[in-house]
Amino acid sequence: MPELPPAVRGFGVTFATMFKKVVTEEYPEQADRYPPKPRFHGRHQLNRWADGLEKCIGCELCAWACPADAILVEADSNTEEARFSPGERYGRVYQINYLRCIFCGLCIEACPTRALTMTNVYELADDNRADLIYEKKDLLAPLLPGMIPPPHRMVPGTTEKDYYAGKVTGSVPEQEPEGDSEIWYETQEPAVREGRA
Amino acid sequence: MTIAPQSPTEVAPTDLVTVSVDGIEVRVPKGTLVIRVAELMGIEIPRFCDHPLLDPVAACRACLIEIEGQPKPQPACAIAVTDGMVVRTQRTSPMADTAQEGVMEFLLLNHPLDCPVCDKGGECPLQNQAMTAGRGTSRFEEEKRTFEKPINVSAQILLDRERCVSCARCTRFADQIAGDPMLELLERGAKQQVGTAEDEPFDSYFSGNTIQICPVGALTSSLYRFRARPFDLVSTPTTCEHCASGCSLRTDVRRGVITRRLAWDDPEVNEEWNCDKGRFAFVYTYEGRIASPLVRENGELRPASWPEALDVAARGLAAARGRAGVLTGGRLTREDAYAYAKFARVAMGTGDIDFRARVASDEEAQFLASSVAGMPLGPTYADLDRAPVVLLVGLEPEDESPIIFLRLRRAAQKKGVRIVSLSPVRTRGMDKMDAQWWACQPGGEAVALRQIAENSADTLAALRQPGAVILVGERMAGVPGALSAAAELASSTGARLGWVPRRAGERGALDAGALAGLLPGGRPADDPRAREEVAAVWGVEASSLPTGGRVGQSLVDAILGDTSRAEREEERHIDALLVAGVEVADHERAEDLRRALSDVPFLVALSTHHNDVTEVADVVFPVAVVAEKAGSFTDWEGRTKPFSAAIHGAQSVADGRVLAMIADSMDVTFGAGDVASLRAEMDRLGMWTGARPAAPSVAPAASDASGTVALATWRLLLDAGALQEGEPHLAATARPTEALMSSETARSLGLGQAGSVTVSTDHGSLELPLRIADVVDGTVWVPMTSEGSRVLAIGASHGTRVRVTGGTA
Repeated sequence: MPELPPAVRGFGVTFATMFKKVVTEEYPEQADRYPPKPRFHGRHQLNRWADGLEKCIGCELCAWACPADAILVEADSNTEEARFSPGERYGRVYQINYLRCIFCGLCIEACPTRALTMTNVYELADDNRADLIYEKKDLLAPLLPGMIPPPHRMVPGTTEKDYYAGKVTGSVPEQEPEGDSEIWYETQEPAVREGRA
Repeated sequence: MTIAPQSPTEVAPTDLVTVSVDGIEVRVPKGTLVIRVAELMGIEIPRFCDHPLLDPVAACRACLIEIEGQPKPQPACAIAVTDGMVVRTQRTSPMADTAQEGVMEFLLLNHPLDCPVCDKGGECPLQNQAMTAGRGTSRFEEEKRTFEKPINVSAQILLDRERCVSCARCTRFADQIAGDPMLELLERGAKQQVGTAEDEPFDSYFSGNTIQICPVGALTSSLYRFRARPFDLVSTPTTCEHCASGCSLRTDVRRGVITRRLAWDDPEVNEEWNCDKGRFAFVYTYEGRIASPLVRENGELRPASWPEALDVAARGLAAARGRAGVLTGGRLTREDAYAYAKFARVAMGTGDIDFRARVASDEEAQFLASSVAGMPLGPTYADLDRAPVVLLVGLEPEDESPIIFLRLRRAAQKKGVRIVSLSPVRTRGMDKMDAQWWACQPGGEAVALRQIAENSADTLAALRQPGAVILVGERMAGVPGALSAAAELASSTGARLGWVPRRAGERGALDAGALAGLLPGGRPADDPRAREEVAAVWGVEASSLPTGGRVGQSLVDAILGDTSRAEREEERHIDALLVAGVEVADHERAEDLRRALSDVPFLVALSTHHNDVTEVADVVFPVAVVAEKAGSFTDWEGRTKPFSAAIHGAQSVADGRVLAMIADSMDVTFGAGDVASLRAEMDRLGMWTGARPAAPSVAPAASDASGTVALATWRLLLDAGALQEGEPHLAATARPTEALMSSETARSLGLGQAGSVTVSTDHGSLELPLRIADVVDGTVWVPMTSEGSRVLAIGASHGTRVRVTGGTA
C-alpha cells in the first residue's frame, strides 16, 4: 500500500481525536461536576464548639509545626467579660499566609483541639498579596443553627473538660450576650454580622 | 548554670577524692555533690529540684542513681562524694534507669498535661525530661487531682498548683536567697501545694526569679502570660538599664516588641538572679513614644522632618556657643554620655554639664572627681563576699541596688561577713542581711562618721582589717560633709570605698566626662596634660576646651540670672540648654528648674517620651530606648558591661547619632557618633593616670531647729519612676506608701498608734498613713517618689526639717 503524503497522514491524528471522549473540564462553569476528593488539602478552617465558642486556644503548635512559616498566632487570656473559647486561653490573632502555605497539613496534625482542619476549598487566588493573608475572621467556621457568636460564657455548670469530652451539644439561652457586644462584632466576617450565615 | 568560682589555690590536692561514675574514675574535691561530678563529666542526670545556688533538698527524686553498697537508689543531688565511691547512673545501671522512669511516672500522675495552654511549653524541663527519662505511657487510670487555676500569689505571679511537681525551688529561693519566706509548701501527700499565708501576698522584690527557676509551668507572670512561644522570640543578652547593679539580662523580643526579660548568668555580678524592676518594667519601651522630631512654631510643637529639626537645633545652639548648658540625666549609656560630654565642649563650647538629675551638691562633684571618676574596678561584688566588715552609709541596698543586697545577705549568712548600716531607719532589708543598725539622724551622717573616726576604737580596728569596705549611697550628696567624712574615714583606715549611685548610667556618665570639671576618663579639666590628651583625640586645640563649668544648682541659677546664689561664678548667662532624659521632678529644686527651662531662650530636648522638658522645648528629637541601641553601662563597681540592641531594625536613633547630626549641621567636626566610633575614641583616651584633685573637706552642717522633725527619705525600688509606667501588676507588688516613726516620736508629737500624719514644709504637705517602726527618735521616714509621696515636690529631701501633725487635714 502506497504511503500517504506526510501532510495527509498528520491530519489522521486530528480526525481520530474528533471521535474520542473530551477530557477538558469546563471550569469554572461546571466546577461542581468535579469535586475534589474528600481528603484534599484545601483552605483551612477554624472550628467551633456546638455552642459557638472557638476551639482554638492560641497554643501556636500549628505555627510551630508549619515548615513554611505561614501561620501567625497571638494568644490572649479569656476573661469573664470576653470569652472566646473554653478555658484560660484563646487565639486573639490568627493569620495564615496563603502565599507561603504549601498545604502539607502538618498544622492540622499538630492541633491539639481539632480547632484547625482543612476544607476542600481550593479557589485561592487574588490580585494582591495582602488579601491572601487570611485573618481569623476569614478562617472561622460559619455559625450553624444553635450556635451563638462569641464572646459569650461557657454553658453554665461546665468546664473546658466537658467541652473536650463532647458533653456540650449546643448553646443554652443563658449564654446569650447581655446588651450590646461590640467586641465580637469586630471579629466576625460580614456574613455573620448581617445574620446571613 | 552557675558554678561557684573556685580558685585552684583553694583546693589542696589532699582534699581530692577518687570516685568512679559509670566506670570512669575521676578525682574531684571532697564534698562535691554526685550530680555535679556527673555534670562535669558530661553525664546528664535528670533533675527538677536541684539548683546550684540553692541548698540541696532531694525533693523531686528525679535524679536517683545507684551507689555501690547502698541497697536502694540514692538522690544524686544530695549525696556528696566520698573516696572510693562507685556511682552508676541510668546509663549503666538498670536499677537507676527503672527508678528514674518510675519517679517520672509519679510526677506526671497529677500533672494536667495542658502544655498547649502553658507558658512553659517549648522550654519546659518537665516536657524535656519526660521525653528523655520517662516511659511513653502512664498506667494511671484514675481521676487526676485538680485545683482551681491559676491563683495569684501576688499581683504579678500566678500559681497553677496542678502543674507543680513540689520541687521546692520557689520556696527555697524565697527563703534562702531573697529572705522573703512568704511562699511555703502547704498540706501533705497528694494535696501538697505551694501557697502563701492568707492576705499576705508574695510581694518580694525578687519574686520574678521563682518563675524563671520553676522547672514546670506552675509559676507564670501576668505580664508574659500567653504572649509568646520560645520559637517566636529573638533573645539578646543585655544589661539592665534600671539601676547601677549591672545585672546581665536576657531580653526576648517578638516582632519588635519586648515580651519578657530574664535574669542572665553573670557569676561575678548578679549570678542568676535579678529584681522585679529589671524583669517586669519594660512596658515603657513601647508605650507613649515620641514618633518624629518636633519643632516649636507660634508657641506650639508641631511634627517636623529630621533635616528641618536638625537645622533649627544647629542654628539655635551655634548662636549660643559658649553660653550653653547640658543636662544629661543618669540613664544614658556610657557611649551616649560620652557623646554629650564631647558635644558640650566641642560644639557648644561650654563646660556647664551635669548628669545628676537628683539631689546633688558641689561637694559630691568634688568627691566624684577625686575618688570615683576614672578609677579602676573595685570594690567589687566578690570583695563584698570576702570583706571582714561592710559599712553602709546612707544606702539601703534592697531598694537602691538589689543585687548588692542579695550579695551582702549571702555573705552575711554563709560567710559571716559583718554588716553595719548607718541609717535613720532599721529596715527589714537590714534584718534580712543580719546587719547591725547604727541609728543616726538624717543629715547627721557626717557627724556620725566623724565620731567613728575620733572615738570608736573597735570600729576603726574593724575597718582597718584588710578587705573592709565602705559603701556610700547617693543620698549622701544631700548631707553636707558626709562624703568628705566617708572619704577621710576610708583613707585613714585603708578600707575600700565604693560609691553606689541608683541609676544605671551615672557611673558611666561620670567616667565619660559628663560632669563639669571632668574630661573623659576622670581627667581634671584644668590639668594641662589631661587637656592635651583629650584635645589630641578630639582633633581640637587644647586651649579651646573649657576649663571649669557649673553644676547642679549653680547651673540653674545661671539660667535664672540669680546672681545672689551664683555670685562665686563669673557672670555668664545660659542662652541655650541641651537636655537628655531628665525628669524635672527628680531635681532637688524642681520648681526652679522648671522655671529655668521655660526661661531659657533656646531649649533642645532629646527624649524617648513626652515629659516636662519636651513640653517647653523648642526642638525635640525622638531617641532610642536602651533596648533599641547598642552601648554599655558601667555598674557601681566600675565594671563596664557592653550590650547590643535587643530590638533589631528599630527606626529610632541613639542620642550619640543625633548629636553627630546636629554637629554636622553646625559644621563642627564630631565624628559619626555611632557606638563603634564613640567606643573606639573612649578606648583611645583610656582612664586618667595622673594626679587627681583632692578629696573634699566640707565640715558637717550644724543641726538646726529643735522642735521640728528631721525627714529621712529614699526612693523605694518600686515607686512612681517613669520607667515603671504601664505595668500595673508590678506596681501592685510595691511596698505600701506610709510614713514611719518611732513610738516615742509619735507619742511626743501627740500622734496615735494608727491613723495618718501630715508631713509639711513651707512649700507643701504630704498626707500618709503612719506606721510605728524602728526609726531614730525625732525623725519621720517617707518614701521619696511614690504615688502620693513626692518629697521633692514639697521642697524637702533627706535631712530637711519638717513639721508633722496628726490626722488628715
